[in-house]
Amino acid sequence: MSSIREMRLRIRSIKSIAQVTRALEAVSASKVRQATQMVNATHPYAEKAWKVLLHLVRQPGHTSLHPLLTERAKKQKALIILVTSDRGLAGAYNNNILRYAFHAEDEMMMPVDFIAVGRKGRDLLIRRRKNVIAEFSQLPTPTTFMDVSYLGRLVVDDYLNGTYDQIFIAFTEFHTLAHQQTVIRKLLPLEVTYANDGEGGYNVTHHRASSVFTYEPDDRLILDQIIPRFTAIQIYQSILSAQASEHAARMVAMRNSTDNAYELTGMLQLEYNKLRQSMITSELLDIVGGSEALVKSNS
Amino acid sequence: MPIRCEIVSQDRIVYQGDVDIVVLPGSAGQMGILPNHSPLLTTLQYGVITIRIGKHEEIFAVAGGIAEVQPDQVTVLADSAENVGEIDLQRAEAARQRAEEALKEGVGMDQDKYLAIQAALRRSNLRLDVARRYRQSRQLRNN
Repeated sequence: MSSIREMRLRIRSIKSIAQVTRALEAVSASKVRQATQMVNATHPYAEKAWKVLLHLVRQPGHTSLHPLLTERAKKQKALIILVTSDRGLAGAYNNNILRYAFHAEDEMMMPVDFIAVGRKGRDLLIRRRKNVIAEFSQLPTPTTFMDVSYLGRLVVDDYLNGTYDQIFIAFTEFHTLAHQQTVIRKLLPLEVTYANDGEGGYNVTHHRASSVFTYEPDDRLILDQIIPRFTAIQIYQSILSAQASEHAARMVAMRNSTDNAYELTGMLQLEYNKLRQSMITSELLDIVGGSEALVKSNS
Repeated sequence: MPIRCEIVSQDRIVYQGDVDIVVLPGSAGQMGILPNHSPLLTTLQYGVITIRIGKHEEIFAVAGGIAEVQPDQVTVLADSAENVGEIDLQRAEAARQRAEEALKEGVGMDQDKYLAIQAALRRSNLRLDVARRYRQSRQLRNN
């Protein structure tokens, strides 16, 4: 008897799990939409800043390069900003980016420090005994530019004072709901080339660079201001894109588990019905056997 | 002939449209940009951007940034920018008080924090200042 009751309980609990995962799927779906909207909102600024940067660097007579634009001859140490999620239940999302980042680390052939954005990444980095110099977890939602601009300043300072010779950001780039890609981008030194266009995704309209510009106070100071800002907005964009990916990954994971739960309840239900049926049959047999025995003894 | 004006901050487009004149707080002081201005790149101070279209005026509080001027276009890359109408006086006032208190308490040797608080203070002071000044004048004109 107990097995049939246990089964009923199991079916019920799986059904309620399916309800929860379906709700989570719906929540993630709306969060994806919100996050992609925020990513898109950063495009105008990034595009225009990029345009100004290109213009400044490519102007005739531009000789002494800005330190933030110059590749150092001796590269001794690198820094990777690793963007993961604060929460789990997102399928292989965190594992994928982590594996990708470690692979990139191996290829750099120099000591690498990490900055963790997201709790999951921090925990895993520490478990692997990586050197984590800073942590930015539990970013408020929606994440504003102010929340990450400090991170931008931190890496620019660390680059300028020579602590690191190269700074990267590793994150999961959002393409569509079904397609996210793990990528690693170089933040500093900033490479200002047209070849960057395809990768960075900025549509660069041709700038009429031939015209003679006036600079106030001077071009060097303007570069001083605009490069850190551009770095910060790149970080901001990456984090937002990673958040969109996180929600998309969670949505897919939740959909899969809902489907699995339904499949499982179907199978259990079938077994339950069979068990019930055979119980009824055996009870009937008992009764029939019993009554036949009675009839026999009576006659 | 109008000039195209775009004001963008990191997370949104604050304003875009064709206007007659843009007055912005350049590094060397307030400057008015008319159509066919010579190409110019300038950093911006904390201050006010005024845009005029015919007799209509739009006022923005801007907390630093960079402006690019082309003969037919002005692009402002603002660190933060708001239309006067969007400024929430109560929130700005609250932010100012928070920043002032934080400064009074002192932050020790943490220079980053000090700078952050000071920036917040300057921003909220600017907002309050701009909002009070321009809302009043607008009301007077309307009456």
